[in-house]
Amino acid sequence: MSSMTISQLAPFYGARQAVKAVDMQIATQEITAIIGPSGCGKSTVLRCLNRMHETILGASAKGTVLLNGEDVYGSNVDATLIRRKVGMVFQQPVAFRTRNIYENVAAGLRINGMTHKAELDQSVEEALRSAVLWDEVKDVLSKPGTALSGGQQQRLAIARALAIKPDVLLLDEPCSALDPIATANIEELLVQLKTTLTIVIVTHSMQQAARISDQTAVFMVDTTSGNPIGELVEKSSTSNVFTNPSDPRTESYISGRVG
Amino acid sequence: MAKQQHAESWSNGKSVFRHGDVPFRIGTVVLASCVVGLVLAMGVIMFVSSGEARAAFGWDVLFGQVWNPVATDLAAPTFGAWPAVRGTLLSSLVAIVIAAPLALGIGIFLAELCPPQLSTPLSFLVELLAAIPSVIYGVWGVFVFVPFFNQVFSTPVSETFGDYIPWLAGPVATGRGVMVTGIVMSIMILPTIASLTRDVLRLVPNTQREAMLAIGATRWETIWLAVVPYSRAGIIGAVMLGLGRALGETMAATLLIGNSQRISPSLFAPATTAASLVANELTNSVSTLHESALITVAFALFGITLVLNLGARLMIWYVDRGMAGGRS
Amino acid sequence: MNTPKNYRWRKFVDQVMRGSTVFATGCAVIPLIAIIGYVLTLGASALSVQFFTDVYQPPNMAQAAADGSTPAFDPNDPFAGIGVPTDGSTDGTTPADGAAAADVYAGGPVGGVLHGIIGTLIITGMGLLFALPIGIFAGIYLSEYRNERYSTIVRFCCDVLSGSPSIVAGVVIYILVVIRSHEFSAIAGSLALMILMIPIVTRTTEEMLKLVPESMREAARGLGAPTWYSTFTVIIPAALPGIVTGVMLAFARGAGETAPLILTVLGSNVISTNLFAPMASLPLLAYRYTESPYPGENTLAWGAAFVLMMLVLVMNILVRVATRRRAGASR
Ligand SMILES: Nc1ncnc2c1ncn2[C@@H]1O[C@H](COP(=O)(O)OP(=O)(O)O)[C@@H](O)[C@H]1O
Ligand SMILES: [Mg+2]
Repeated sequence: MSSMTISQLAPFYGARQAVKAVDMQIATQEITAIIGPSGCGKSTVLRCLNRMHETILGASAKGTVLLNGEDVYGSNVDATLIRRKVGMVFQQPVAFRTRNIYENVAAGLRINGMTHKAELDQSVEEALRSAVLWDEVKDVLSKPGTALSGGQQQRLAIARALAIKPDVLLLDEPCSALDPIATANIEELLVQLKTTLTIVIVTHSMQQAARISDQTAVFMVDTTSGNPIGELVEKSSTSNVFTNPSDPRTESYISGRVG
Repeated sequence: MAKQQHAESWSNGKSVFRHGDVPFRIGTVVLASCVVGLVLAMGVIMFVSSGEARAAFGWDVLFGQVWNPVATDLAAPTFGAWPAVRGTLLSSLVAIVIAAPLALGIGIFLAELCPPQLSTPLSFLVELLAAIPSVIYGVWGVFVFVPFFNQVFSTPVSETFGDYIPWLAGPVATGRGVMVTGIVMSIMILPTIASLTRDVLRLVPNTQREAMLAIGATRWETIWLAVVPYSRAGIIGAVMLGLGRALGETMAATLLIGNSQRISPSLFAPATTAASLVANELTNSVSTLHESALITVAFALFGITLVLNLGARLMIWYVDRGMAGGRS
Repeated sequence: MNTPKNYRWRKFVDQVMRGSTVFATGCAVIPLIAIIGYVLTLGASALSVQFFTDVYQPPNMAQAAADGSTPAFDPNDPFAGIGVPTDGSTDGTTPADGAAAADVYAGGPVGGVLHGIIGTLIITGMGLLFALPIGIFAGIYLSEYRNERYSTIVRFCCDVLSGSPSIVAGVVIYILVVIRSHEFSAIAGSLALMILMIPIVTRTTEEMLKLVPESMREAARGLGAPTWYSTFTVIIPAALPGIVTGVMLAFARGAGETAPLILTVLGSNVISTNLFAPMASLPLLAYRYTESPYPGENTLAWGAAFVLMMLVLVMNILVRVATRRRAGASR
């Protein structure tokens, strides 16, 4: 269970700053939604939280992100350890092609040194249950992960992330490649998970943010300087953002005039 | 303006232009079929010309132990190319055992790890290695590598271990033999395997890497547990193509293996390979049976490389197809 | 932050394995540099004006002139020393024993490789000429009718040709031409090289035509031009630099091929332009002179290797520069 404190976080692609410095608090046991028009830097900021951002060639970030009081960008902090604590699920469901369902979930456990069969079995089952996938796959655990449907693959990805027991789970538009039923499944699952986990979800759907999130951060693109740059314009409780936005840009965005 | 008029004349059908497409298509198809015909013709010609030896000895042409082209008072000529087949297999085995892991490492370095500014010049260097004519490897091998390897490896190793391990037995003599041939061939096939490996690794979608990184994997774990398994079929295909090159390599083998029909367990002893047997004997074959036996050996080489190619293409095609339709 | 129990080990493996890929790359680059370095330095020492302007000289000619003895080879015999050895004793290059031979072994290079250079240019050039029509048109077929099922077969056959051992091409031409005509000949060598060059020309032509933007094809079609017309006037000209590149690579590759020539052109010690007779060629000289017991001829082998290496390097670098510029321009 962890909170995150983001201060003066400025992501760069090469020399180009993608988002104006962000200050934001992410509370534990809540779902924080990040919304905004495409290209405003939602994914970029999210990927800074577990240092996935820097895996892109030339990408870097300035500022601090405190996870339980410790700076994720501290000088001798290893990114692999951060990513173990802050899991991530991507827009496209990813199953490792050569692994079966069981091994897809066990991947993170194995690299972290879990070798006992019984221990692995138990953790895999637990993760699949948390991802509400267990009942569907418990009899076909040795089938390839890619044999599952898109929605199932996305829950498989969530199970894989959950298996190593992260403190925070980041999701980047996890439902945009899914149909409405699969989307509803995932949303229900996230609401269940937030009792034990800090969740940050990027979504392009305002309805989704309104349905499941407790806090909402709104990003916009600032084009006034000619060089478009993302910026955080508002961060508040979800009900506040949707009923009583303090920033005029948020208001026009949620009422459909922008983006 | 002019173009407009052209267009009109074409669409009016008055011009011969309009009817050019049929001969054009026929022409390209016919010349493209020459390629297909060439492959078939090569197979058929060698099959027919190898008939005499196959009729006389059957599979023994390839697996018989004695290769004796000259009739003596005591024995008729016998053609059993096993010494050459064995030499081919052994030297190629040495080559692939050395080249495959190195090439995998190079492919990984070029595709995954090296800074992009370095990737292009390094790839060029590696491909240059593939462009060097094999006779140059032979010349270099004879005058530089064999004496060097002899001194630093073959001689001391055979003196130390030769009495206990028959593979490493001496005497090293001229230094030509299976081991040096295999090593030089490994240098020759390295670029083939490495550049194909690099290509199939580059086809792996980034989502696979990110999914592995996101569960806290190190760079190497991401490569070894996500990227390499994803493209393993393609990597196997690349190794098969490299193996095909090693099996058929003629000049380096002819110059380096020592061309001896004697079968010796030692990798330091001279041997012969199928390709060098053909290169050395076909032009002065002593009988049509001799000629036919040599052609059988060449035919077998053709057949095995064809099978390896087919297998490798299927493997690589499998990876390609995975990229296109894997997300079903 | 608590570190997992196997963390240090994982970091260690990560470092070691990443390092080992650097090592593997070094393992490829070091022999490359060693080979190029040796060929360029040792080869350069064989170079002289005579090397490029003279033909074969029997290594004991100078000796024979000095003491009036009979040279081991008749200088007028074009095939002296070429006899293909089945065992050492029938090899024509075995020197006479005694004191006269000792000087021969100590001698530097005599003669040159002009006959080989001329032969290689003729044999490879002619092979390329044979390969061009098939290669280019097959490439056009593969590119312009790329979705037909038959094109998969053609493509696979190309792969078979480029993947099969070069000696096989020599064997086939030996059966077809040499046995029937009872004569080794330059033209037989060209035919064997043709087989090896066709796939290179085909595949580069295909690749280069595929690089021509689809919009150009559509534009031509929009004007109502028939396929053949737009192919010859729009698409091929656009891809021409790339096709020329492929042709150059095919030439470099063919010029270095040795094994098929052993079975087809045999070799010669004199300048010959008769396509229907044996001919010299550089890679054959490199091969035979490497096997030679005379150090002078060994030096010539390095010289021949040098010329071949320069050809390959220059062609590849030219191609590199040309394709780089085009890739840059189209961006
Ligand atoms: N790999 C990249 N390289 C360079 N610029 C990028 C890259 N990914 C995103 N950007 C830029 O960063 C900005 C924010 O992108 P992103 O975070 O993907 O936005 P969102 O997720 O809100 O659609 C955009 O202007 C985009 O062009
Ligand atoms: Mg995004």
